[in-house]
Amino acid sequence: MPGITREEVAHLARLARLELKDEELDHFAGQLDDIIGAVARVSEVADQDVPPTSHPLPLTNVMRADEVRPSLTPEQALSGAPAQEQQRFKVPQILGED
Amino acid sequence: MTVTTDLVSYEDALATYDPVMGLEVHVELGTKTKMFCGCSTELKQDANSQTCPTCLGLPGALPVVNEIGVESAIKIGLALNCEIAEWCRFARKNYFYPDMPKNFQTSQYDEPIAFNGYLDVQLEDGEVFRVEIERAHMEEDTGKSTHVGGATGRIHGASHSLLDYNRAGIPLIEIVTKPIEGAGERAPEVAKAYVAELREVIKALDVSEARMDKGQMRCDVNLSLRPHGREEFGTRSETKNVNSLRSVERAARFEIQRHAAVLNGGGTIVQETRHFHEEDGSTTSGRIKDNAEDYRYFPEPDLVPVAPARTWVEELRAGLPEMPRVRRNRLREEWGVSEHDMQSILNAGAVDPIVATIEAGADSAAARKWWMGELSRNANETGRALDELPVTPAQVARVAELVTKGDLNDKLARQVFEGVLAGEGTPDEVVEKRGLKVVSDEGALTTAVDEAIAGNPAIADKIRSGKVAAAGALVGAVMKATRGQADAARVKELILEKLGVEG
Amino acid sequence: MTDSKIDIIRLTAADIAAKVASGELTAVEVTEAHLARIEAVDEKVHAFLHVDREGALAQARAVDAKRENGEKLGPLAGVPLALKDIFTTDGVPTTVGSKILEGWIPPYDATVTRKLKDADVVILGKTNMDEFAMGSSTENSAYGPTGNPWDLTRIPGGSGGGSSAALASYEAPLAIGTDTGGSIRQPAAVTGTVGVKPTYGGVSRYGMVAFSSSLDQGGPCARTVLDAALLHEVIAGHDELDSTSIDAPVPPVVEAARNGSVQGMRVGVVKQFAGEGYQAGVVQRFQESVALLKELGAEIVELDCPSFDLALSAYYLIAPSECSSNLARFDAMRYGLRVGDDGSKSAEDVTALTREAGFGDEVKRRVILGTYALSSGYYDAYYGSAQKVRTLITKDFEKAFEQVDVIVSPATPTTAFPIGERADDPMAMYLADVCTIPSNMAGNAAMSLPCGLAPEDGLPVGLQIIAPAMKDDRLYKVGAAVEAAFVERWGHPLLEEAPSL
Ligand SMILES: [Mg+2]
Ligand SMILES: [Zn+2]
Repeated sequence: MPGITREEVAHLARLARLELKDEELDHFAGQLDDIIGAVARVSEVADQDVPPTSHPLPLTNVMRADEVRPSLTPEQALSGAPAQEQQRFKVPQILGED
Repeated sequence: MTVTTDLVSYEDALATYDPVMGLEVHVELGTKTKMFCGCSTELKQDANSQTCPTCLGLPGALPVVNEIGVESAIKIGLALNCEIAEWCRFARKNYFYPDMPKNFQTSQYDEPIAFNGYLDVQLEDGEVFRVEIERAHMEEDTGKSTHVGGATGRIHGASHSLLDYNRAGIPLIEIVTKPIEGAGERAPEVAKAYVAELREVIKALDVSEARMDKGQMRCDVNLSLRPHGREEFGTRSETKNVNSLRSVERAARFEIQRHAAVLNGGGTIVQETRHFHEEDGSTTSGRIKDNAEDYRYFPEPDLVPVAPARTWVEELRAGLPEMPRVRRNRLREEWGVSEHDMQSILNAGAVDPIVATIEAGADSAAARKWWMGELSRNANETGRALDELPVTPAQVARVAELVTKGDLNDKLARQVFEGVLAGEGTPDEVVEKRGLKVVSDEGALTTAVDEAIAGNPAIADKIRSGKVAAAGALVGAVMKATRGQADAARVKELILEKLGVEG
Repeated sequence: MTDSKIDIIRLTAADIAAKVASGELTAVEVTEAHLARIEAVDEKVHAFLHVDREGALAQARAVDAKRENGEKLGPLAGVPLALKDIFTTDGVPTTVGSKILEGWIPPYDATVTRKLKDADVVILGKTNMDEFAMGSSTENSAYGPTGNPWDLTRIPGGSGGGSSAALASYEAPLAIGTDTGGSIRQPAAVTGTVGVKPTYGGVSRYGMVAFSSSLDQGGPCARTVLDAALLHEVIAGHDELDSTSIDAPVPPVVEAARNGSVQGMRVGVVKQFAGEGYQAGVVQRFQESVALLKELGAEIVELDCPSFDLALSAYYLIAPSECSSNLARFDAMRYGLRVGDDGSKSAEDVTALTREAGFGDEVKRRVILGTYALSSGYYDAYYGSAQKVRTLITKDFEKAFEQVDVIVSPATPTTAFPIGERADDPMAMYLADVCTIPSNMAGNAAMSLPCGLAPEDGLPVGLQIIAPAMKDDRLYKVGAAVEAAFVERWGHPLLEEAPSL
């Protein structure tokens, strides 16, 4: 049974943008290891030749006509913004590129 | 941090290495609404005025696919000789970035709508190079960030950023080539020609204006080198957002020289994104692609699969316009111009105006002459594209007609265009207002000719003595006297007649 | 506020609608009675996160005005409703039980919200829930737990515990829930109320804050089968804003609820819904229900659905995977909480600090689990396999429904457990949904309705009825028959046995 290490949990938390505290890491690592241990049973079917189901109903081709619908006003769009400036969402400095 | 980049000369680089390229082009579609919501795509200055719960990624909001987005993707796929998926899905590409409201991009992953195609591109000398297409898939654009507090609006050193999500959700088609091998020293030229040809195709399909200067078409240039004779590809760099045809060529060229320098020096190429600098044509290092990059793609559960009916695909195929390269070759033959001239016409953006002018009744030589001459000059001077000039092909055809009928000569025709471009009205109105008509009244002309002969006895003698070429000076005098409104050919005939010389 | 003529808060939704329509009661009277009840008991129950007193009264006044003007009223006009705080409400706070959305006021209405308003239903307020609907006890709400009106020290089920508790404490005759793994049915079961998970796609998800998109489904909660059907009809139907919404007529649920019968029906009992972990009193009441169905003229068929054994595992891969992506938008940039923005930190840091502060443990666990299951290298083994299990479950259901018209099972393996008992044992908590999850995986329709009290603890037991996709009406046909027979047997609705608050 594959387990999950504290380091892996730390890596996943970074990917998921969760600034976990050390004690949380310990706590979650143990719990997640248990959960993964339990749910890993699903890989029993990994080799079976069954198509995966991504959508519960077999719908296809749901599309809308290319017609403009009313947008929110800028005031509405920005109504929940933690900070704003010049009718734009003000966010902390973005590091890194592209 | 100053980065000095060692380069190897282009010739030396090519002597040792074989370049392999991959080009990824994003095209913003010209649909009325965004890919997954009904917000308008018309880019407004008014920030955050074209957003809704869906494209703002508000909690609870859901996407619905724009039918014309799918249709455009299929048309592009067909034009690029691709297979069209019988069934495909959208997928979520998960990564955090403030310009992306949901922190995942709704895109396509292992099931693109179009795949396995090619585009033949013609190089300057007429050689045709086939670029294989890996895939074309549908996705959405991000919002726009403005970086504040830094030196030059750059991200580095900014204190904070401001986000406008008007662009977020605008439909994009991403077109990815297979590795382009065998172009050798012509790789940069192939890259440029491919992007140019792709742009022509997109425009012909009328799915986007594909203006690179407006960001409607953006190109990433992936490049690697391998020593001649080796099968296996080298490590590639990914130069992002190379946004003009010239830059595409320069970026490829620069990367060839840079890679060669690194490899010659015994170094290894890091897989990374790079930024292209318009000013000097160089690239600098961006983000290193380590394994922290894990997009965790999975099928988008909020959208159902797209399964384009074969009847629909065939209908779209039947409705495809003539492909630009085929059309260009046909027109070139019809017009009887050289490859080189055709290239100039293409570069000037004059193909469509010329065709329209011919359709409006002008002959092809006249249409070419005006669009490539007077009008191109004006467009250049005023920094406009030909199709942005306030003159219609029908008006150009009308001017050509007046010239053919002898009502205008070339000099007067240029004045007519000057008036039309200045907003003085239609060609006929300008002719009327400015009084620009060739003087065809024989009596008035005869008087002017007599005066010219009388005023220039020496020249008249020369002509009498057989030096017919000297007649030009007298013609000039007559034209001057008639303020250019005389028909120069008729003037010459009259002079020679009066002086008793055979023309 | 108990009136000498009638006790308004104990009326069914159908009765209230009839009395408002006839003028016997005004919508304002009805609304005031319920607001007074909330005032009186909600301090103890804590079913509501937000009571929209002004909005409710305004809507009630509008209904009364409409009636006075002789305008046509909706079938549930003037009936108060408790709305799970997962649906956006224009101008009214929506928190999804999370700190990260504390104080967020959406600029738009969910389709369900709009349909309720259009139907003249009076929305009293927003009910408590497990944060982002992740849980089976409502203990995961960032705003504190909700008590079970049968025993306030016990859980009211989850994630829709606020909605079930509001019904069971007579704070509202109708409520809306959402069911991703059982969050409508399990709370209904442990509070002695009725809850229906419609066929996936039957009720629009637009404006319903997503937990796991391919599993989430909003549905009606009520105290009677008919009331649930009336509400079902109001909120169901095609929505062009939800691509996964079913474009077909709503099944005739009200008609079915008015014509309850199991005569001649084939009813399946799945052998996988039994065994270890099932409380004796739950098993007993379930068996009695099966016997009752037989008495009422149904034929009982034993079924084997082997893939159901893998359902829970597959669910705990699919739901966390989808949630890890759905919850990525809570990044402190555009709305909601922002923590640590001191001018020196990067957007990335602020996002991570905010999510750390704004999400509770269960949400973090699932986000990490989902991030793991979708990572390259693990995708095929986990997410991919889970999607295959989903196919197998659907096939097992298909095979089963070739033999039977509906399937029955206990809705939950146990009755309401004490608050705190499973709080730090996620796997034990997850088992509460073992009977309900297969229907979410397959997307079919299911209901829970009361089938008695477990003898050992005197707490409600729920009977689950499962129908094929788009056959939601069968739930009501069977449910109405069972409900009528039980009420006749008990002499009154089960909820009347609940202690007064
Ligand atoms: Mg892309
Ligand atoms: Zn929008």
